Amino acid sequence: MVDEPLVLGFETSCDETGVGLVRGHTLLADALATSMAEHERFGGVVPEIASRAHLEAMVPTVHRALADAGVRAADVDAVAVTSGPGLTGALLVGVAAAKAYALALDRPLYGVNHLAAHVAVDELQHGPLAEPSIALLVSGGHSSLLLVPDLARDVESLGRTIDDAAGEAFDKVARVLGLPFPGGPPIDRAAREGDPAAIGFPRGLTGPRDAPFDFSFSGLKTAVARWVEARQRAGEPVPVANVAASFQEAVADVLTAKAVRACREHGVDHLVLGGGVAANSRLRALAEERCAGAGIVLRVPSPRLCTDNGAMVAALGSRLVAAGVAPSAPDLGADSSLPIEVVSR
Amino acid sequence: MLVLALDTATPTLLAGLARWSADGGVEVLAERAVPSGTRHAELLTPAIRDVLGDAGLSLPDVRAVVVGLGPGPFTGLRVGVVTAATLADARGLPAVGVCSLDAIGTGARTVVTDARRKEVYWARYAESGARLDGPGVTRPEELTVAGPFVGDPRFADRLGAPVTPADVTTAGLLRAAGAQLAGPTTAAPLVPLYLRRPDATPPTAVKPVTRAEPRP
Ligand SMILES: [Zn+2]
Repeated sequence: MVDEPLVLGFETSCDETGVGLVRGHTLLADALATSMAEHERFGGVVPEIASRAHLEAMVPTVHRALADAGVRAADVDAVAVTSGPGLTGALLVGVAAAKAYALALDRPLYGVNHLAAHVAVDELQHGPLAEPSIALLVSGGHSSLLLVPDLARDVESLGRTIDDAAGEAFDKVARVLGLPFPGGPPIDRAAREGDPAAIGFPRGLTGPRDAPFDFSFSGLKTAVARWVEARQRAGEPVPVANVAASFQEAVADVLTAKAVRACREHGVDHLVLGGGVAANSRLRALAEERCAGAGIVLRVPSPRLCTDNGAMVAALGSRLVAAGVAPSAPDLGADSSLPIEVVSR
Repeated sequence: MLVLALDTATPTLLAGLARWSADGGVEVLAERAVPSGTRHAELLTPAIRDVLGDAGLSLPDVRAVVVGLGPGPFTGLRVGVVTAATLADARGLPAVGVCSLDAIGTGARTVVTDARRKEVYWARYAESGARLDGPGVTRPEELTVAGPFVGDPRFADRLGAPVTPADVTTAGLLRAAGAQLAGPTTAAPLVPLYLRRPDATPPTAVKPVTRAEPRP
């Protein structure tokens, strides 16, 4: 029996330099370097700092991936890279590196969509995706609800955030509460001691006339800040745990309600979660509860694979190779706002 | 020894192939200078394929990679540097970095290139080609070193002196890389000459979203 193709994947759309190796649906290596610590004091990812870090980390991260997988560069059958969406300067480091490896190894190159890669990564843990599936992708950079009839060729956007990404709202609320950046993990921890029903924060875009599958987190973020400031002005202590739990509840409630509704309206019984916010414990718990109630099979990759990494790009590359999709043209570049309908280019 | 030379420090990307010999001889076999603007990432690997095709050679013939480390606009500059680093890594070749300004013009000169934000990158050279001063970044009006100037002629007015147009060349890159090519184990790591810090300031305090007085 002939081995399935070995795919090398590059991810540099934000602050993580990821290099992954995948054979078929088998994860062989997932090497990661991150510049997150360098962004902390700025309260958000600084694109130029991220881009410089990608360049420094690139070759060492490739070496680590090859060593972890126990393969040589010459064994690689295809190269995949995130071509967008993301930060242009950061994306270009990965695109240039992937193009150079593809040229040096004389192998086909696949420029892929970062969001579709977040869906593909689940195949490494739970096997072939049920198609169609609904995917809910939430991170510091994106909040999207997708319909996935065919992950290699046909992905549709059902809705997306009209302002902040869900992860950004976590970062901003964490700042208001004096918690560290990135805000997801500390809010999740603080919320465990709090009452999610303590404060009734608004659920954005959930009115009868609102777009059913779009998200808005800006109003929620402002409502939290206003609530906290009112306490501070009155000289009262801020109940951090209750604010964190109530904010987190509002986010998880909206995300899961819309995802389940999308499954129902499109007659789809599989939901995939992805993105850094999918590591949030309340979002996972509420998604499980509501999917179980609605007869939907929920698939959530491990937290390590939910956040950005190279394995997800290799996983989508592997899928594209298996589906016989044509490789990218030699003049592949980066597109910071690559639409989700473009799975590969 | 066949050397691949790359540079993306200016709006014209360069890919070249040359034979280099230990006595300092440089014979350029093929060269493509592509006015690629901000499309370096798209067009660099195609340009590498093109010069290999022009010379009737293939990548396994190449024995070393030389790349311009800038200074230059960061995003484009990194495309060349990361391409050189990864291409060399994948083929097990030495990668040698040089100051891109060293590869523009010859002899006694001051090189000026576009640093954006109304500034120039500059460096000054002796008749022998040795760099005397720079690289630096400054407003052309404040540049105190003498000419003759070569490089980006659009700065002539602001320098108050003529600028002879000149670009990075394959021969220039190989000349600048000579010592490192002779002893590749001594080659410095490929770190771009950024000359500027990233634009970023830490936030001072959380900005209130509400005004001090209660809203009506
Ligand atoms: Zn992501």
